[in-house]
Amino acid sequence: MELAFVIEKFALVIVIFSVSLGVAAYSTLAERKIAAYLQGRVGPARAGWGGMFQPLADGAKMFFKEEIIPTQSNHFLFIAGPSLALLTALIGSAVIPWGQPLTFGDTVIQLQVADINVGVLYIFGVVSLGVYGVMIGGWASNNKFSLMGAIRAASQNISYEIAMGLSIIALLMVTGSLSLKTIAEQQSGFVNWNVWVQPLGFLIFIICAFAECNRTPFDLPESENELVGGYHTEYSGFKLGAFLFAEYINMFVSGAVMSTLYFGGYNFPFMNNLLEMGVHPNLVTILGILFLLGKIFFFIFFFMWVRWTVPRFRYDQLMNLGWKILIPLSIANIVITGIWIVVKEIYFK
Amino acid sequence: MPIFSLKENWSGKIIQLMNLFYLIAFLSIFFSLLVIFSKNPVYSVLYLIITFFTLTIHYILLNAQFLAIVNFIVYMGAIMVLFLFVLMLLNLNEDSEPMKSNLIKIAGVVAGLCLLVTLIGSFRALADSDPVILKKPEIGLVKNLGKVLFNEFLLPFEVSSVLLLSAMVGAVLLAKKEPKKI
Repeated sequence: MELAFVIEKFALVIVIFSVSLGVAAYSTLAERKIAAYLQGRVGPARAGWGGMFQPLADGAKMFFKEEIIPTQSNHFLFIAGPSLALLTALIGSAVIPWGQPLTFGDTVIQLQVADINVGVLYIFGVVSLGVYGVMIGGWASNNKFSLMGAIRAASQNISYEIAMGLSIIALLMVTGSLSLKTIAEQQSGFVNWNVWVQPLGFLIFIICAFAECNRTPFDLPESENELVGGYHTEYSGFKLGAFLFAEYINMFVSGAVMSTLYFGGYNFPFMNNLLEMGVHPNLVTILGILFLLGKIFFFIFFFMWVRWTVPRFRYDQLMNLGWKILIPLSIANIVITGIWIVVKEIYFK
Repeated sequence: MPIFSLKENWSGKIIQLMNLFYLIAFLSIFFSLLVIFSKNPVYSVLYLIITFFTLTIHYILLNAQFLAIVNFIVYMGAIMVLFLFVLMLLNLNEDSEPMKSNLIKIAGVVAGLCLLVTLIGSFRALADSDPVILKKPEIGLVKNLGKVLFNEFLLPFEVSSVLLLSAMVGAVLLAKKEPKKI
């Protein structure tokens, strides 16, 4: 029994890792294609049909490039930086419920690696660890541009984590649970999605997600026209690839978190009607997984859309937005949510 | 017979947990010693982060999940990032470390040993250590902890929040630019 459990979870972890790595690899192609579309170009079109094999070619190029470790750098931390970035990007997906349980006769397979009762806080903890890879890598490079990038990453992440946490608190007041599984189950159908009761909270959350993923307009840590390459100036070969890859995995995971917290997770409209009509539950579950992936892909598209639309902030604008606009707004959101809950208790019962 | 085998199973689990505890306790002490002994301040902070991580595992072993995850977020994710941030800004190196005179070193050793003697004495005054049996093993879960904090300990909880708020106001006041007096 114990062994079967371990094997089941292990298989699930491997599937989730390979899906997130595959999605991240093809996000690089999608990014270039979307950029090309928005700028009236064709984009990568040589490798395979419509550039289908471009990510493989890029990956092979990264592997075969010469790895240069600067002599004046701190060798151990120089290697630890990108490893940590990739690690913290990947472990976030452990608590996300990917679908309702699959049933095969007597065996029930949970499509969630770990249903811990502090799931939301776990996500938050992983997000707050995410900055270490960038900081350690940037510092260990022993380059002033890298150091500037690392310091910018640290201050930016700390500033936006506060607003993110406060927007999550307003959400938790509505859901009353910290477990992502329970939160996903509460949002069955379409009208129960949390985004309809927490629109302001979702707006704050997605802005902070942009900042935590270091995506434009918040990509000051690697702003290439001031800092050469920011924190990864000295990196080459697959260590550079690990940093870039971690960014795309972060986008995938944050898309999954946003879908689960605000957009119903694996729930889709008329799901219960399908079950009542007698469609096999496993089929509905697979449909739910596809819907979740669709929501995630929409968020990834949104990340890219914004990247090629909005220019980068100046540093003082970034800090003003974080501390003077988002934090007061999210505190106001908490107060409004509290009043709304009380009014609902009294008048709409 | 079934009761007996259940008991056997239970004690086996306790032994497993104790082994895990000793391993994690050894790691915590090992890494906290490295914090003190490493010459490079950035290494010290990184070892301190690992020490906090082992403390998080201790909390999970005690079934205090909320405390574990808060320790993870606040200490590992926020405070240590700020420490690292300041150290990177200052960029302290081994050569730039100020030399301390021997007198200060001797004073430090004497003070540390005095603290050790006091601690050992106070622990000896208490009863001998025995395996702690929790009265309410579920107290560390978020739900129960919240109920306890907002019923029994409401006043201390609110007072500590006011304390934190006043500290925050003080920090903002210190960082504020003085208006020019001309």
